[in-house]
Amino acid sequence: MPVQTEAKEQKVVVFSLNQKEYALDVQHVVSIEKMQHFTRVPHVPNYIKGVINLRGVIIPIIDLRTRFQVEAAEYNQNTRIIIVSMADKEVGLIVDEANDVMNIDMDTIESQPDVIGTERQNYIAGVVKIQDRLLILLKLEKILNFQED
Amino acid sequence: MEMSQYLEVFIEESREHIQSCNENLLKLENDPDNLELINEVFRSAHTLKGMSATMGFEDMANLTHQMENVLDGVRNGKYKFSSELLDIIFMAIDHLESMVNSIAAGGEGKEDVSDAINKLKMIESGKIVNQSDTTQTAEIDQANISKTNLNYDQFEITVLEQANEQGYKVYEVSIFIRPDCLLKAARVYMVFDVLEKIGDIIKSVPNVEQLEEEQFDNEFVVTIVTHDSIEDIEKKVMKVSEIEKVTVVPLKISDLKKVNNEDSSDEQKNVSQNVEGQKKKEASSAKKTTDKKITLSNKTIRVNIERLDALMNLFEELVIDRGRLDQIAKELNHQQLSETVEKMSRVTNDLQSVVLTMRMVPVEAVFNRFPKMVRSLSRELGKKIHLQIIGQETELDRTVIDEIGDPLVHLLRNSVDHGIEMPEERLRKGKPEEGTIQLKAYHSGNHVFIEITDDGAGINREKVARKAVEKGIITEEQMNQLTDKEIFNLILTSGFSTADKISDISGRGVGLDVVKNTIESLGGTISVHSEENVGTTFLIQLPLTLSIISVMLVEVQREKYAIPLTSIIETAIFKKSEIYYAHEQPVIDFRGKVVPILSLQEIFQVPKVIEGNDYISTVIIRKGDKLAGLVVDSFIGQEEIVLKSLGNYLTNVFAISGATILGDGQVALIIDCNALIK
Repeated sequence: MPVQTEAKEQKVVVFSLNQKEYALDVQHVVSIEKMQHFTRVPHVPNYIKGVINLRGVIIPIIDLRTRFQVEAAEYNQNTRIIIVSMADKEVGLIVDEANDVMNIDMDTIESQPDVIGTERQNYIAGVVKIQDRLLILLKLEKILNFQED
Repeated sequence: MEMSQYLEVFIEESREHIQSCNENLLKLENDPDNLELINEVFRSAHTLKGMSATMGFEDMANLTHQMENVLDGVRNGKYKFSSELLDIIFMAIDHLESMVNSIAAGGEGKEDVSDAINKLKMIESGKIVNQSDTTQTAEIDQANISKTNLNYDQFEITVLEQANEQGYKVYEVSIFIRPDCLLKAARVYMVFDVLEKIGDIIKSVPNVEQLEEEQFDNEFVVTIVTHDSIEDIEKKVMKVSEIEKVTVVPLKISDLKKVNNEDSSDEQKNVSQNVEGQKKKEASSAKKTTDKKITLSNKTIRVNIERLDALMNLFEELVIDRGRLDQIAKELNHQQLSETVEKMSRVTNDLQSVVLTMRMVPVEAVFNRFPKMVRSLSRELGKKIHLQIIGQETELDRTVIDEIGDPLVHLLRNSVDHGIEMPEERLRKGKPEEGTIQLKAYHSGNHVFIEITDDGAGINREKVARKAVEKGIITEEQMNQLTDKEIFNLILTSGFSTADKISDISGRGVGLDVVKNTIESLGGTISVHSEENVGTTFLIQLPLTLSIISVMLVEVQREKYAIPLTSIIETAIFKKSEIYYAHEQPVIDFRGKVVPILSLQEIFQVPKVIEGNDYISTVIIRKGDKLAGLVVDSFIGQEEIVLKSLGNYLTNVFAISGATILGDGQVALIIDCNALIK
């Protein structure tokens, strides 16, 4: 299934998680923060780690590793929180490392190959190959929507 | 659109003027001879006309124009101020209000206003108001005009005398402008232009400034010295369009002098009376100056609430950084740094109260629409009701103000409809014919109370109880056990309406429970007190502000939680051996009462890192008259905190009503005690 091709270029934020590289459309990204103290919230899905205080605003944070059901890792110096905003919701995504911002050609986006795991396919909008790097484009709305699963 | 930038101002100001019309008209009903009030209404209508015409809202302009004419008539004593007349004017104002609302909603402000205009025109043509009255006063007006002798001061008389000696003639020219003329000032200018060409203008009544500002009715008088004849002057002035009539009266200087002399002798006679008059004047002028002071202190600018929210957020950040700075200064133990930080703390404390009070708005903003509402409702129902408003200057947070309007409307409608009896019934009961509804707002502690009291029929316990049983809200058994108060509060539950007659004024039993829900969602409470045949009181308690609350900070293992002080009764420490079990539920004996205890560690699944000792610390909380003890590990202390929501992503977290940011920048969750007590 080809992805929409209206805009030729798309700016994405690239981050790594469990040795894979993922990309998020930059227009949903508010900022990238260092890992900081968070407060646990009881009775929420396990991938919601808690809430942080981001310059006076309380923002829930999601551990993408837990969300993607890969093994958890210790947070370290490189751990980042990518603050994303979508439909009035602001959420922080905990990732292993935030690498860079790059332009990708929309035409080069391919639909996801079937071989990539089964559970995670929901979150994936497509894959892009740039030189020797493989970027996995994420569907933010699927990641944020926790009622569905 | 060039106009768009003015649109907002237009809407705001229109609303203000409409509101002031409403208020003054209501006052006028009780005090129909108060010229000051009529003038005030007239001015508002006039401004509205000007503004709406400029903005191109024709229907509004037409309607206000017609209103203005009628008000002008009232002002000049042409029509009598009556309730019927007031009804028509109110109808016109209702139209205006809905037009402004439609404009605010992005519409064109068009509406069929012909009914109101026709009625206003009927008043104008005297069909509604007593005919003979109007003609009589009109005649008097005529007589006055033909006799018009302006008062001239000594200087003017001298000038006129000299002109007379030089062979000029002196005339008083009365000019009547057509009442439908829209640009009166322009016509005045043209008339002056004509007159100045044929002679010299000595005096005009009203004076030139007032004429330029259109502060006159349709008539003004100019004294002119000229060589031209009466006919010539009339013809020339009539050439100006929209002039209805011109009368020219020759003036005899000798007459003027006489009048003046009489006046002065009169004045001397009146000296003694004047002293008294002056006293009165002084008193009234004193009153005026105080009035002025009030308006001066009310100088305001409009600020978008979003900006205030932004300011609040920035300020909170500042507070958090201040906390950190404070900590650093302590660690470094640097005296000068500590002093500076301390000073900064004081400044930020002051800043905090300023920022918070900035969001406070007097409840007047909600209350001011009620008098008109009650008036029209009571007329509709044929009841006589006096609405008394007390404490409208009481301030509340803007967000609360925005929400409280509808519930109050419901309650007032309820009082008007179900509370106050018909006049005959009241007389039969030996009460004054006119019922009273009192709307009262006041501060108390961290809360604002709003009371709605009527001296009506009160609530019939039997009727309510029977109805409640019928509707399955309570059982027969409960009916006899419940106290009066508990029964009365049943009317706030859903599916309840005891009125024998369903009217469209107060609801069909859907109203009061909505009221209750709204108020509770604001963190407030509502209760009913009533005595049969004496009256009913609804008491609403609201938090002063939604954004700042007092909490007790507690620690559960390593996590910090905030418990709102409003639900806390007290804290207590028990020995573990004092815990009893009732059906597996741990309870304690608290002042002779069996109180269940809940472990926050278990409820919130807090990771266990600290082992407890022989004592347990509890916070006793309350919901209604039910108590519960929350087990915590330690008390940190009482604090004023800023309430924050968890955002749109995390909604409905069990037993958590929000979060706050502590001095060290960390987030603490606020416990919703209502969810913990079933």
